Amino acid sequence: MTEEEKLKRFNALIEQDEKIEPKDWMPDAYRKTVLRQMTQHAHSEVIGMQPEGNWVLRAPTLRAKKILLAKIQDEGGHGLYLYSAAETLGMDRSEMIQQLHEGKAKYSQIFNYPTLNWADIGAIGWLVDGAAIVNQVSLQRTSYGPYSRAMVRICKEESFHQRQGYEIMATMMNGTEAQKEMAQDAMNRWWWPSLMMFGPSDKDSWHTQESMQWKIKRASNDDLRQKFIDKTVDQAYVIGLTVPDKDLKFNETSKHWEIGAINWDEFWNVVKGNGLCNHKRIAHHIKYHNEGQWVRQAVLAYSEKINAMQSATSL
Amino acid sequence: MTTKEALYNYVLRLADDNLILAQRLAEWCSCGPILEEDLAMTNISLDLLGQAEDFYEYASELNGEKNVDELAFLRSEREYFNHLLVEQPNGDFACSMVRQMLYATYAKHLYEALLKSRDEKLVALATKGLKEVKYHFRHSSEWVIRLGKGTAESNLRAQNAVNELWRYTDDLFEMNATDKVLITQSIGFSLKDIYPLWKAEILHVIDAADLAIPELGNVITGGINGMHTEYLGHILAEMQFL
Ligand SMILES: [Fe+2]
Ligand SMILES: [Fe+2]
Ligand SMILES: [Fe+2]
Repeated sequence: MTEEEKLKRFNALIEQDEKIEPKDWMPDAYRKTVLRQMTQHAHSEVIGMQPEGNWVLRAPTLRAKKILLAKIQDEGGHGLYLYSAAETLGMDRSEMIQQLHEGKAKYSQIFNYPTLNWADIGAIGWLVDGAAIVNQVSLQRTSYGPYSRAMVRICKEESFHQRQGYEIMATMMNGTEAQKEMAQDAMNRWWWPSLMMFGPSDKDSWHTQESMQWKIKRASNDDLRQKFIDKTVDQAYVIGLTVPDKDLKFNETSKHWEIGAINWDEFWNVVKGNGLCNHKRIAHHIKYHNEGQWVRQAVLAYSEKINAMQSATSL
Repeated sequence: MTTKEALYNYVLRLADDNLILAQRLAEWCSCGPILEEDLAMTNISLDLLGQAEDFYEYASELNGEKNVDELAFLRSEREYFNHLLVEQPNGDFACSMVRQMLYATYAKHLYEALLKSRDEKLVALATKGLKEVKYHFRHSSEWVIRLGKGTAESNLRAQNAVNELWRYTDDLFEMNATDKVLITQSIGFSLKDIYPLWKAEILHVIDAADLAIPELGNVITGGINGMHTEYLGHILAEMQFL
């Protein structure tokens, strides 16, 4: 097949909503974009273990500790699953991790915010996982087969996380004055960053066009954000939380909640590295990755010894 | 001490071991040498938390006043009966794995012995716990062997871990008035019965890992009587934060 024919076949697959599989020919730019998005997603799952891990040792009840630990474990599992899915595009995990450490690969900006009180664990589950679900449900229809299948599997667990987070918030809103204050404080701090998780507005997002054409992305940033806002505002009201947006109003004709202006300066400032935790997150990952090196070397040396022994006995 | 009081103390001891070790393992969250192992340690921590919860529930039944979380969180340092081994710091990965192997081997034989207890509830909890600690034993002993036989550095680290932790192993087999009461009632059993089994199994792993048991002049005990190393206080301070 000539390059032209390959491209034609690829475009036809995309056109017919068929999945692109690892063995299929794909344009370089497509491979790069999907790989970038998947590694970024995998890194996000893994870096996200840190802000939540910050409260594992201090969870207030045994049940809460179990739920939180299990949730973090799920997220790590999502990371593993996404790393393997990304490896189908020809890069191995150690290289992805190196890129993360060098700042060449990104992770979700949301994890550069600190978890300051127990309600933050509720807010993350409810808002951050809630936002992630909206995005991931849409990505179940992404054109790259392994990514799409990873999303189907992951979405099931994410909805648990969202419910558990909401339960923490609801419990606190039912509790003492101090607990209510903590919950509202967490809401105030996590609401806007959660909205920013969907990325810049469509008119400012230069990735979107191409990604939509190739069906890597299946809905625009703004549409996904709106979906999240509509389902979340009502949930906030139900438990008595105030949405920290004085311009928030319900549009009776469109039947959508309309929000005030998002402070994109804050977003770009965090992207640039000035969030409260950017430095800590990467430094932590590098530290423990480096500390684990002797373990990885031992694993390698041991398996080489075992292989040598086995081939010696089979002679 | 009545039988019920002894049983309560004993169940708390079992619960505390599980809780404190679970808390230690949870410290590995996002700090593992590879993601797979990060998750494996969280997994063991979750198992132990589940066992702790079960034992606290039983203790709460026996106590009749305090609920599970009050028992788990709201006691002072001198009221925890866990063994000294489980409160020791994680150290490096070798240290955590050796600690896990020493404890899992102990828990395995302990639960096996408890299957013969006259107390039905203890039998049920031991049955449930046994399945899990068998897996923890397999996981940790395989790692100890892998590290012992891996590189010169991993062997040294594993040996240092054994040297460091061995002094806390006698503590696992200490008995007090609680045990006496339960043994006469055929609810508990003498830990002397399982010591040789434990020792033989540990020696087997240590040997397979090209490691050695240290000749130690010192042996430290006290956990079951509420005498602890200074580490426990810090674990509790963090755990009791809220
Ligand atoms: Fe996530
Ligand atoms: Fe996730
Ligand atoms: Fe999640």
